[in-house]
Amino acid sequence: MKILYFAWLRERLDRGEEEISPPAEVLTVRDLIAWLRRNDEAADLAMQRPEIIKAAIDAKIVSHDTPIAGAKTIALFPPMTGG
Amino acid sequence: MGVRIQDGAFDPGGELNAFARTGDGGGAIATFTGIVRSTPGDPIETLTLECYPELALNQIGAMVAEARGRFGIIDETVIHRYGVLRPGDPIVQVMTLAAHREAAFGAAQFLMDYLKTDAPFWKKEATRTGERWVAPRAADDTARARWS
Repeated sequence: MKILYFAWLRERLDRGEEEISPPAEVLTVRDLIAWLRRNDEAADLAMQRPEIIKAAIDAKIVSHDTPIAGAKTIALFPPMTGG
Repeated sequence: MGVRIQDGAFDPGGELNAFARTGDGGGAIATFTGIVRSTPGDPIETLTLECYPELALNQIGAMVAEARGRFGIIDETVIHRYGVLRPGDPIVQVMTLAAHREAAFGAAQFLMDYLKTDAPFWKKEATRTGERWVAPRAADDTARARWS
């Protein structure tokens, strides 16, 4: 699946997107964030407060409890500052 | 109706005139235009907006549907810019058409409150002393919360 990063999360990771293949035990968005942090020092630092990170699956906002099975694109991003 | 997310500039007055010409059946149009603020002290040279366009269209589309249901507005247009902007540049414009002013004002306020917190845009300010991502404002969360 493809993962997208935006704003300061993108900057701190130094990449806007990547292809990932998380193991089967990574079930939810919360699991995915924890798995990304375990596997990458920059991700660990960038998501030290995972509760503030927002997520979208296939361009729909989801909670951290949402299963990621079947997702094509998962986006992770900081709180939005539109308008 | 229309939702536009664009990196090019838009003309607020021209947009309003075009919207008003299609105002069938309404008696009130409310317009809000947000522009890049010029701050004293450490003035902003540029404001760069990053966007996730596909999600923005979904989110704003849902906001518009909610505004129609709540306020009974007849039509609306939302224009939101991304890319590099400078102080005074229009960032966002919301126009609502309704039979009477209460619905037009209410729907425009509702849409703006939601855009601040629920539309996937991120602002980065550049000043002479450096760059910084704009932090979300608690006041925006409070304004959004009154509608739920």
